[in-house]
Amino acid sequence: MGQIELKQVTKSFGDVQVIPPLDLTIKDGEFTVFVGPSGCGKSTLLRLIAGLEDITTGHIEIDGQDATDVVPARRGLAMVFQSYALYPHMTVRKNIAFPLKMAKMDQAEIDRRVDAAAQVLNLADYIDRRPGQLSGGQRQRVAIGRAIVREPAAFLFDEPLSNLDAALRVGMRMEISELHKKLATTMIYVTHDQVEAMTMADKIVVLQAGVIEQVGSPLELYRTPRNTFVAGFIGSPKMNLITGEEAAKHDAHTIGIRPEHIDVVESEGTWQGTVGVAEHLGSDTFFHIHNTGLADTLTVRAIGDISLTHGDTIHLSPRADEIHRFDAAGLRIG
Amino acid sequence: MARSVTTQRKTINTTIAWIIGLLIFFPILWTILTSFKTEAQAINDPPLFLFFDWTTENYATVMERSNYARFLWNSIVIAGGSTLLGIIIAVPAAWSMAFVPSKRTKDILLWMLSTKMLPAVGVLYPIYLLCIRLGVLDNRVALVIILMLINLPIIVWMLYTYFREIPGEILEAARMDGATLKEEILYVLTPMAIPGIASTLLLNFILAWNEAFWTLNLTAAQAAPLTAFIASYSSPEGLFYAKLSAASTMAIAPILILGWFSQKQLVRGLTFGAVK
Repeated sequence: MGQIELKQVTKSFGDVQVIPPLDLTIKDGEFTVFVGPSGCGKSTLLRLIAGLEDITTGHIEIDGQDATDVVPARRGLAMVFQSYALYPHMTVRKNIAFPLKMAKMDQAEIDRRVDAAAQVLNLADYIDRRPGQLSGGQRQRVAIGRAIVREPAAFLFDEPLSNLDAALRVGMRMEISELHKKLATTMIYVTHDQVEAMTMADKIVVLQAGVIEQVGSPLELYRTPRNTFVAGFIGSPKMNLITGEEAAKHDAHTIGIRPEHIDVVESEGTWQGTVGVAEHLGSDTFFHIHNTGLADTLTVRAIGDISLTHGDTIHLSPRADEIHRFDAAGLRIG
Repeated sequence: MARSVTTQRKTINTTIAWIIGLLIFFPILWTILTSFKTEAQAINDPPLFLFFDWTTENYATVMERSNYARFLWNSIVIAGGSTLLGIIIAVPAAWSMAFVPSKRTKDILLWMLSTKMLPAVGVLYPIYLLCIRLGVLDNRVALVIILMLINLPIIVWMLYTYFREIPGEILEAARMDGATLKEEILYVLTPMAIPGIASTLLLNFILAWNEAFWTLNLTAAQAAPLTAFIASYSSPEGLFYAKLSAASTMAIAPILILGWFSQKQLVRGLTFGAVK
């Protein structure tokens, strides 16, 4: 079991309130991702749940038990840190066994669990090495191994992949997702990378300045962003946000249209502009378009096999049913 | 790009380094040489460098006249005891200052260091009186405590500096893994800080070993360490340079040997954290 509930939780450092009163429920077995720009309070929120920071006011409940004043070790949570935080003077085996040793488990059971974890994470070959002799990806696996042997109520991940190179990150993303499917344990994952959020999460919590902007499944957030912040943050490349006359035509202060929802047409499109930068990825082409009279730059995603380049005139046709409308306060209309 | 150093430049630098090194070492060398001379040769003018009749009679006399082993044992107990006691007290102190600092931590550190700026003689009178009242004059335990207190600021400072180099996340990981504060310090922090702790131990052992002011003033016969052993050869009957040198050599030999074998550790500890 691993249901986590935050009730009117706040956090202040001195006079600065970084988390205004916040309520959140994370259901048992759910993969929840906290996402937001740097400094939005997502890591602080995770540390509050872990107990590494004391909350200023409010309550945290884990499985219905008040855990507000419980020390980190007694909360039954395991954490994987951004820097891996392995014990450099211990071998992989000892690193993974450490939480079990602290729990005063008997040696045979420790060995059994460590071997099982090493098996799952492909660490058997490195079990007697020290962290200094491992690559980034292997270290990350050890950190995850140390977390899973405890069989915790929930896993907390604090940007665990940000120190890895791009290729490895994709691989580890997959591994963590598979681990979640296998263990079906609650996981809370902090990242600033919306791609990680979209690909891994059952539920995404978008944060800005300590405030929850929206909570929902990846596709809910993609399809119906509650405000312009979420609209701009979720989706890659970013949604185009257009104000002024064009928005007024739709009875809105701002309209948003995703790059993949604008079609490039031969001529006589709704909009037209000049190609600034054309990024040819092979599978797709991203156009950054100027002189549309709508916004400084309009981003459009087109098919890979398209010959338009810098300086060419481009005709565009937005899909009417994919236009998002927002009011002056940035909130979604309809 | 690496800075290129010409061979000529290297030779000059090496020569200068050797000259400075020998200058610093010279008094010790001279003491050792003198210890092998007769009293007459020791005060010979011009001084004799290597060509004299080498003799070990001074050592024999010194061994005969004083109980070297007792002084040595006292030195070991006092230097070792005060260093160990200091470490036991300083590890938790440095831990709290490094990992849970408060607004006043910096002030406390500076205040502690400022106590080292006070001339020791300034507190000699009260401490001497205290020792008399408590009946612990010429007592090893009292000296262990006094030297520990005198070196404590340095021990805390050094450990604080080393602990600051240890990423807080690793200690947080230990906390998440269920370690109590004691286990966190014992199993995680201390092993990681071993190089730092070792050099702190060494340096403070050397400082305590060489400490003369308190050991000379607060001891007589029972608790006197090697510093008192040396001093006993500069007596009112006149200076016996050769014997004094022999005594000095015997007093510094253990610490010199210890320093020689641990120099790698010492240098590594003192420059710990300078380069990541």
